[in-house]
Amino acid sequence: MAAESGSKIDPMHQFLIEPVFGQHWVVGGYDISFTNSALWMVVTLVVFWGFMLMGMKGQLVPGRGQAAVEMMTGFVKNMLTSNIGPEGTKFLPYVFSLFMFILIANLLGLLPFGLIPGAHPFTITSHLTVTGVLAIISFSIVLIVGFGRHGFHFFSLFVPHGTPLVMIPLIFVVELMSFLVRPFSLGLRLFVAMTAGHILLKVLAAFVITGLNAGVGFAALVSLPSLALMIGITLLEILVAGIQAYVFALLTSVYLNDAVNLH
Amino acid sequence: MDAEAAKLLGAGLAAIGMGLASLGVGNVFAKYLEGALRNPSAADSQQGRLFIGFAGAELLGLLAFVTMIILVFVA
Repeated sequence: MAAESGSKIDPMHQFLIEPVFGQHWVVGGYDISFTNSALWMVVTLVVFWGFMLMGMKGQLVPGRGQAAVEMMTGFVKNMLTSNIGPEGTKFLPYVFSLFMFILIANLLGLLPFGLIPGAHPFTITSHLTVTGVLAIISFSIVLIVGFGRHGFHFFSLFVPHGTPLVMIPLIFVVELMSFLVRPFSLGLRLFVAMTAGHILLKVLAAFVITGLNAGVGFAALVSLPSLALMIGITLLEILVAGIQAYVFALLTSVYLNDAVNLH
Repeated sequence: MDAEAAKLLGAGLAAIGMGLASLGVGNVFAKYLEGALRNPSAADSQQGRLFIGFAGAELLGLLAFVTMIILVFVA
């Protein structure tokens, strides 16, 4: 995929959103065709659903599947209670779905589906539209919970305790800015981390292919080290996929803590 | 210098920012390990803060990457 057009490396082609069935369905000026992005979201949902079904038997002594599901829910629940306190379990359904959706989407994007002819892997979290919407949902929940619980007292979040009176206008503006930038940083971090990793992998893949095409000498000198590096980077990307999902859920719970407990 | 060359030079310069952010990320984990080895019993409870620090340091490097991408593909 990376070296499709001869020797020209095109690492951005993998992020192209295109209809799966070939034609665009345009209704009222909006393109509503079933794209590869939508397809991989459905795949993510199916994998997530299958994973949850393994643990839904509710046995007293958990089997393998149930132990796996309970480990994940326990992990997220532990994160919520340590950040928000006992009230944090109320947000478990949302944060757990968020964490698992991002984790599965990240990991599915790393699978080597490109080896199957005609199949194109697609990482849905490598698009700002997807991660931005996830971030906006998180931010909206923070706002709704914050204003719902504290009313206009929620604005005291922007004035920390013990601020000198002279400093209050300045601190208020600074804290407000740092609060409002949260959804952007939340969405941007996940999107850029996934995009950067996939571009790096495709650039290295292009090195391997062009090296092989250029003869034996180049293959030994360029392709082999690139392939070795690719394997290492893939392992790093699996780590990044986990860390980014964790960081997204963690920051969501930290922001929820602000909304629930103020400072 | 024509505009295209200036764009690519700017993108290359933006890559320096990613290197600097790597110093920050390394610093976060190094300091965490240093503290964790001094007091291992308190290490696990601070893991959340470790990743918040990591996320903050990493974000600034990723912003350099965004600048790069915008210079090459958008501007």
